[in-house]
Amino acid sequence: MKKRHKRLTIILGALAGLAIATALVLNAMRDSMVFFVTPSEVMAMSEMPERSFRIGGLVEQGSVERDQNSADVVFHVTDTDKSVVVTYSGILPDLFREGQGVVAEGRIDSNGTFHANKVMARHDEEYMPAEAQEAIERAGHPPDAGEGY
Amino acid sequence: MNRRRIPWLYFTVPRNFYWLVQRLVPLIWAVAAVLAVAGLYVGFFVAPPDYQQGNSYRIMFIHVPTAWMGMFLYALMAVYAVIFLAWRIKMADVMARSLAPTGALMTALSLWTGALWGAPTWGTYWVWDARLTSTLLLLFLFLGYMALYAAIDDREKGARAAALLALIGVINVPVIYFSVEWWHTLHQGMSISPSGGASMAPSMLAALLLGTGACWAYCAAVTLRRAQTELLEREDSTGWTRTVSTDDAPPAPRGVAVPTGRRN
Repeated sequence: MKKRHKRLTIILGALAGLAIATALVLNAMRDSMVFFVTPSEVMAMSEMPERSFRIGGLVEQGSVERDQNSADVVFHVTDTDKSVVVTYSGILPDLFREGQGVVAEGRIDSNGTFHANKVMARHDEEYMPAEAQEAIERAGHPPDAGEGY
Repeated sequence: MNRRRIPWLYFTVPRNFYWLVQRLVPLIWAVAAVLAVAGLYVGFFVAPPDYQQGNSYRIMFIHVPTAWMGMFLYALMAVYAVIFLAWRIKMADVMARSLAPTGALMTALSLWTGALWGAPTWGTYWVWDARLTSTLLLLFLFLGYMALYAAIDDREKGARAAALLALIGVINVPVIYFSVEWWHTLHQGMSISPSGGASMAPSMLAALLLGTGACWAYCAAVTLRRAQTELLEREDSTGWTRTVSTDDAPPAPRGVAVPTGRRN
């Protein structure tokens, strides 16, 4: 075995070991590396977490209620299976709308209502011209915004 | 060495590399300029507004190419690091070192443009989700490589330590790429993937690919220029650097004595 081949073998072997170690660590930390949990995951928890966390999903169609006199808003976050009631007071991002992705940060109370102190819109990976979207709606096939969850 | 049997090692000889680059770089600059103008034209005037985001999505014509280049340049740097560590080819180290600042620039640009897009779209400049955090780590790896290289006085030792860091950090590249698949992230999933094709209008895709080509050519041009400068500095003690002037002088043919002094 030539010296450079030996060096190459050592390098590639070490790299393979490192890759496996990284994969194992990331797999072990799977739960703490998610940016948000889904409503189904919240429902599946044995007890509600007391600390602040993030909940993500879609804003349920027809669930948004805005208070006329303040910036208070109530909506449901759904993953099309379970849904959670979220209350928020403040300015919502431009992309916040029914049927679109959303991530809310805050605490959940004992009744299962989520009190958000921050709301972020989550965009999906679809990009299309406005005309194409209108054509799809005319044809009666709304694009399923739920993809990617 | 046995250069006659493996002709592709010809350009690992610094002088040959220098003159190859001297001829290539103007061409690459021209490609970068043409692609950038075409990409910006298609991006601003041909591609239609997005059905959800209106016009703000257009920042992706810069954001996505720079993010891709950041990851690609890091992977390339790691390949050169392996070649340098295993074969001790000096040019591989020169190339790896020349890639780092451009890679850092591309990564910083992708983070910056992403923040500018995130503010109106998500409602926040920055979040610590897996995609954004791993991309920030990529920037620190580039900067760490440069810092480690510069911190060790002995060039050979510094080169080896930095190459090792480049190699270890390459694990981060697939993590960035697949982060949106592996974890729930605020960042959206892949619009363009090897398996799923592209989920965007053709004119949008055209602008994106033209922008990627322009970014690639820009990175190639500045990296090769930096490698030239690095060579002139390293090879100062050898004869060939003295033949280099600001004019384009042809390389001395093999077997012919290299003339010294400026050519006019």
